[in-house]
Amino acid sequence: MNLVSIISQLTSGMGVSIYIFVVTLLFSLPLGLVIAFARMSKNPLISGISKVYISIMRGTPLMLQLMVVYFGPYYIFGIRVSNGYRLWAAMIGFVINYAAYFAEIYRSGIQSMPVGQYEAAQLLGYSKSQTFFVIILPQVIKRIVPSVANEVITLVKDTSLAFTISVAEMFSTAKALASSQTSMMPFVAAALFYYVFNFIVAAAMDAIEKKLDYYR
Amino acid sequence: MALLEMKNIHKSFDGMEVLKGISISVDKGEILSIIGRSGSGKSTLLRCATNLEKVDNGEILYDGRKLSKDTSCFGLVFQSFNLFPHMSVLQNIMDAPVRVQKRKKDEVKKEAMELLEKMGLADRADAYPCQLSGGQSQRVAIARALALNPEILFFDEPTSALDPELTGEVLKVIKSLADLHIAMVIVTHEMAFAHDISDHVIFMENGVIAASGTPEEIFSSDNERMKSFLGRYGM
Repeated sequence: MNLVSIISQLTSGMGVSIYIFVVTLLFSLPLGLVIAFARMSKNPLISGISKVYISIMRGTPLMLQLMVVYFGPYYIFGIRVSNGYRLWAAMIGFVINYAAYFAEIYRSGIQSMPVGQYEAAQLLGYSKSQTFFVIILPQVIKRIVPSVANEVITLVKDTSLAFTISVAEMFSTAKALASSQTSMMPFVAAALFYYVFNFIVAAAMDAIEKKLDYYR
Repeated sequence: MALLEMKNIHKSFDGMEVLKGISISVDKGEILSIIGRSGSGKSTLLRCATNLEKVDNGEILYDGRKLSKDTSCFGLVFQSFNLFPHMSVLQNIMDAPVRVQKRKKDEVKKEAMELLEKMGLADRADAYPCQLSGGQSQRVAIARALALNPEILFFDEPTSALDPELTGEVLKVIKSLADLHIAMVIVTHEMAFAHDISDHVIFMENGVIAASGTPEEIFSSDNERMKSFLGRYGM
C-alpha cells in the first residue's frame, strides 16, 4: 500500500479534522472574549464563576473533558444520544476548552493596555463600546497574536483527541488503517498531514503578525 | 458667566487630601496657567475638571451646567500624548469627529489637514505615531483635541516629556492657539512661557491656591514661598 492510496483513504478523516479545527476557532475565539470579560467583571459572582470555569478547563485533561461531554448526557441525565452526537460532543468539548485558554490570553492583553488610551478615548467622547472595539481591541489583537498562534498550533494536534470518543477524524482513520494493514505507513501519512497543516497555520499566523507590524 | 467654574473642590486619594477646597473660574478665551511644585495637586485639578476623576466635594460647572459624562466642550492634552498607535496621524485626528460627532468625512478631513498645516505637520498626515518625534506627537495630540472644536483646552504639563529643543516647538504652537480665542488652562513648569502667554496665573501649594493674579503680580511677588519656588527656575 503506497502513501498516495493511504492519503486518499484518509481524505474524509482529514476533512473532519479540519472541520473540527475551523468550528472550534470560530466559536472559541469570540466565546473566549466573553469569558475574559466575565473574568474581569467587578461582580464577584460572575468573576468567581468564570475563574472556577477556567481553572477546571485548564486543570483537567482535554481527553477527559471530551468524554464527559460525550457520555455525560447519558450517565448524568439518562438521555440516549444519537450517533451523530459524537461530532457535536467533540466540537463542544474543544470549544469550551479552548475558550478558557483564549480568555486568559485576551485578559492578559487587555490588562496590559496603558490606562492613557482609555483616558484619551474618554476625553474624545468615545462610548465604552467604541473605546473597546475601535481603540483597545485592535491593539490587544496585535499583542496577543503570538500567544494565540501557539494555541492554534496546539489545536491542530489536539483534534486527534477526538479519536477517544470515536469521531472518524484523521487520526482515528489512520489508526484503524494501520491495524488492518499492519503497516506503519498510515501513521507516517498522519504525521505528514499534521505537519503540513501546522506549517500552513504557522505561515498564516506569521502573515497576520507581519500585517500588524506597521505600528509599535 | 464664566465658561468654567470650579467651586470648593475637594479630592482625596486613600485618605490623603490632594485638593483642599480649590475654586477657580475661567472665562471664554481666557488663558490660565497653573504653576507649583510636583505633588501640589495641579494635575489632579485638571483631571477633576475633565471628569477623569470624580471630586469628593464641590461643584464643576461649564456654562452654568453641571459637569457630566455628556459634557463635551473641553479637550485635554496629556503629558504622555496618548495618541492611538494603530491609527495614522490623520486617523487620530479624524476618527472622533467622524465617529463620535457624526460629522461628514470630507469636511472633517479638510479641517484636519488645515490643523496639521497649522501644526507644521501637513507632510506627516499618513505617518504613524511611532514614526514621530515627541514634539511632533504632542502637536498631533493638540490637533486631535482641537478637531472637536472645544471651547476650552486643558494642557497637563504638555512639554514635561520633551527635551528643550522639542519643548520650544510645542510651546510655539500653543502660543499660536491664542489667536483662536479658545480658553486654555495650562499646567506647566515653563515659567517664562506661563509669564508670556497667560491672562491669569495660579500658584498651587499643598492642595490650595497659595497665590493668584496676573503674570506680573505673580512673577514679581514678594511672597517668600513664591520667591523660593520661582528661584528654582531662575525667575
